[in-house]
Amino acid sequence: MVFMTKHHLHDRHLSRALNIGTPYLWLGLFFLLPFAIVLHISMAETALAQPPYTDLMSWVDDGVLQIKLNLQNFVTVFTDELYLAAFLNSLWIALVCTVLCLLIGYPMAYAIATSPERRRVILLMLIILPFWTSFLIRVYAWIGILKPNGLLNNFLMWLGLIHEPLTILHTQTAIYIGVVYSYLPFMILPLFANLTRLDFSLLEAAADLGCRPFKAFLKVTLPLSLPGIVAGSMLVFIPVVGEFVIPDLLGGPDSLMIGKMLWTEFFGNKDWPLAAALAICLLGLLVVPFVFMQRLESRMGGDEL
Amino acid sequence: MNRGRWKLYTFLGLGFAFLYIPVLLLIVYSFNESRLVTVWSGFSIKWYLELMQNQQLLDAAWLSVRIAATNACFAVVLGTLAANALVRHGKFRGRTVFQLLLTAPLVMPEVITGLSLLLLFVTMEQTIGWPDGRGFTTITIAHITFSMAYVAVVVRSRLSQMDRSLEEAAMDLGARPLRVYMSITLPLIAPALLSGWLLAFTLSLDDLVISTFVAGPGSTTLPMVVYSSVRMGVSPQINALASIVVLIVSVAVIIAGLSLRQRPAAKGH
Repeated sequence: MVFMTKHHLHDRHLSRALNIGTPYLWLGLFFLLPFAIVLHISMAETALAQPPYTDLMSWVDDGVLQIKLNLQNFVTVFTDELYLAAFLNSLWIALVCTVLCLLIGYPMAYAIATSPERRRVILLMLIILPFWTSFLIRVYAWIGILKPNGLLNNFLMWLGLIHEPLTILHTQTAIYIGVVYSYLPFMILPLFANLTRLDFSLLEAAADLGCRPFKAFLKVTLPLSLPGIVAGSMLVFIPVVGEFVIPDLLGGPDSLMIGKMLWTEFFGNKDWPLAAALAICLLGLLVVPFVFMQRLESRMGGDEL
Repeated sequence: MNRGRWKLYTFLGLGFAFLYIPVLLLIVYSFNESRLVTVWSGFSIKWYLELMQNQQLLDAAWLSVRIAATNACFAVVLGTLAANALVRHGKFRGRTVFQLLLTAPLVMPEVITGLSLLLLFVTMEQTIGWPDGRGFTTITIAHITFSMAYVAVVVRSRLSQMDRSLEEAAMDLGARPLRVYMSITLPLIAPALLSGWLLAFTLSLDDLVISTFVAGPGSTTLPMVVYSSVRMGVSPQINALASIVVLIVSVAVIIAGLSLRQRPAAKGH
């Protein structure tokens, strides 16, 4: 008996090491360490070399290690009005789209969560399906719809509602449409997860006590679904701030977004250090909402995702 | 059904219309004969036939499928281990950081993940000489890093809903933990593993931004080919390709959905 317990103890240690250690090691190496390197390279200078940046550290003649930190890239990011405008516009687009997703997604999640069990499974699958379907393809679908001689304009002109094609593609409106369309399932899924666990007898109790349905919703349902609202909003807001594909394919020259500028600095101008500095600033901007989401999630047991 | 209910379902219907009409139009117009994608001129499957002749696209698709499958296998293993750690090992030291590292890839803007991984690979190549150039390996590693987080979410919810009495019974009968895990736990969470695998596969197949950062000159994946042709405008061939992808993904979702629906020994519903 004693022998067996010893075995079990040994197994337990092994299991801990395997279950915790392996993913930890992987994420540490391929997710955490890279940020340190980005920070490092954001303080280098561009150079005509392969890779195109200078070393921060170099050995001077008498064996002294010289470290040159170059903060010029950050100065550029903070003083150039173009970058500032891009940051502000990215935050604005993310905010508007999060609110729109919430306004559209909440009633949808509510309808699914309160429908009969059998129907609920099918409705949920219908939400998950577009979430799995290629992001790129779904954004691409909107080009054909929104362009000047596209399906939407043809349809509206056929109806006689408009006589001149509307310019929607390559404007900020197209970005809003593309983002809300692509990120709506990210809002609905955590809201649904939250609302299905809601105790609807509380609403009946409120009704029995003479509360009008809308007031009961505001006083009971809405506060109880707050964790779902926050989780869904963060799942939309955080990635949208750094979105690249949507502003690139649907946006125009006036709709600046930071993800797109980072891409251009990196692939177009080959300015790796400046791209790294932009990434660090973007990361710094997103830490606050991320930590907020994380704290809420650990308090709620993490079922919202 | 009362009036409020009807309003709610009407809204839901409109929401689904918004989610589905663009993709349905894409599929309909992939059978359009005209090169002008938005003008209907007759039914034709010629774009599908042309697609089958496009060698560059076929090569890219094959590379993408190989990456996606390799990625999905690794991601399922790592994601399941991570889910075990969170559900079975309670409050271990560093749990907060562990959880943080596991959630962050879900929301991290892709440009940041892509850039940081590329800089890591470049630095590693300079210092330890590995990876030698960029391509299949670097793209797969990058995909595993974000896919495992999604797998962990799926497996974790299944694991925490699981009825543990069978495991406890086996333990009482003297089976060792590994044996219990292999012969009882794994079969019970198998549906979650399957849907995790499929999710990791489709996420990888779809990724453009991260792949573009960490790819080398000789490794062009399917989304990269699609992207460069989309930038030049709408093309009927891409519509045909998109329809095929939608078909494959729909089948995957239905399999995953059905397998998650049967939950023999699970508590709850």
